[in-house]
Amino acid sequence: MRSTLFGLPLAAGLLFCAPVFAQDAPQPSLWRRGADLFDQGKLLATGGVSQVEGAGGGGLANWALISGYGTDNGIGLNGHYTYVGLPDYHLHTMGVAVGLFDRLELSYAWQEFNTRSVGAALGLGQGYTFHQNIFGAKLKLVGDIVYDQDSWMPQISIGLQHKENDRGAVIAFVGGKGSVGTDFYLAASKLFLAQSVLANVTLRETKANQFGILGFGGDKYDDYSTQVETSLAYLFSKDFALGAEFRTKPSNLSIAKEQNGWDIFAAYFLNKNLSLTAAYVDLGNIVIRNHQRGAYVSLQAGL
Amino acid sequence: MKQMLRICAFAGTLAIAPAVADEDTLFADLGGQKGIDRIVEKSVDNYLADPRIGAIFDESNIERIRAQLKDHFCMVAGGPCKYAGHSMSDAHRGLHLTNANFNALVEDLQSAMDFLGVPFITQNRLLARLAPMQHDVVTR
Repeated sequence: MRSTLFGLPLAAGLLFCAPVFAQDAPQPSLWRRGADLFDQGKLLATGGVSQVEGAGGGGLANWALISGYGTDNGIGLNGHYTYVGLPDYHLHTMGVAVGLFDRLELSYAWQEFNTRSVGAALGLGQGYTFHQNIFGAKLKLVGDIVYDQDSWMPQISIGLQHKENDRGAVIAFVGGKGSVGTDFYLAASKLFLAQSVLANVTLRETKANQFGILGFGGDKYDDYSTQVETSLAYLFSKDFALGAEFRTKPSNLSIAKEQNGWDIFAAYFLNKNLSLTAAYVDLGNIVIRNHQRGAYVSLQAGL
Repeated sequence: MKQMLRICAFAGTLAIAPAVADEDTLFADLGGQKGIDRIVEKSVDNYLADPRIGAIFDESNIERIRAQLKDHFCMVAGGPCKYAGHSMSDAHRGLHLTNANFNALVEDLQSAMDFLGVPFITQNRLLARLAPMQHDVVTR
């Protein structure tokens, strides 16, 4: 009853205003204007691909650019799937990211880490899985990766990745101090266009063990530490880049010495709607298994 | 640490090596004035046919734009010409161009250079000199 009382004047008001709207007939419809926001106005590849935690970047490394192809007047939206196959583990990641006005990026990723036979060896069960939700936000502060070719100013962004792991008991058992953690980072990306080279350096404050898959903080060290992500890519054409990345990781748990990761990647941008990344990745030791090196493939589709 | 130093050294070499080689040969590498003229002709054809930006040129003197762009690209590439036209900000004042417009111009220029067989690395050397003009051209 109450809603009807409020609804009636509203409806009357809308009717009253309808002729006013009608006079603006040349104005594009709301739907049209909404669709126009997905302007795909950025240059190919300048939206990057989806890094392993779902942010706009490379593979292991986060970049300063805002995901998607929306310009400062538009929005870019994309989803991705990433698979990492290692000798003793594998990882699936699915996620979505939205880039708002080439200024703010919001992302969500879901990860499933499968321990395969290691799970059985540790008494957790064959194929025991860890899951993680990652909520990310990235804000572009200064610089532009494409236009600032006349200065050394890189594009600089700050961001965070909030991670929630569903295996608190196991994490506690292996010495982890928490199943929830937040990484903070500062990223700088520079395109040396005349040289066709893209360089990135990111500093990350983190407590995460193996990206958070083994929780946050540990019996050996339970505080934030500064980690580095670097990547360097060479652009062979508008739609193809080859590069290498290096990412340091803390070693907080006494049961295993966590090592740094690196990869060599190829990214192919079919168009602004679809990109494919393939990499050879080395994550070093993971818990009781050394030499975790293998294939990384990622597909990103977007508007 | 050693590994990181090696990566940094690698990065440094990659970034510096081509820069040293770039002793203004761009004008010659684009095929001199003839090459630049062809690039401009094809680019302007692309602009006019591009539904995203074609309308921007509705009120323009196209032949004058072609002539001025040829001079301008020649000068930007380090060639022996003087661009006597308006400054970038004056030439584009009142057009209310967006980054999407600017990038569409870039994409049409790229496809013109692709069409004419200009190597990607040479294209990028030209684009690197044109890119900062975004600061003056884009006003919206």
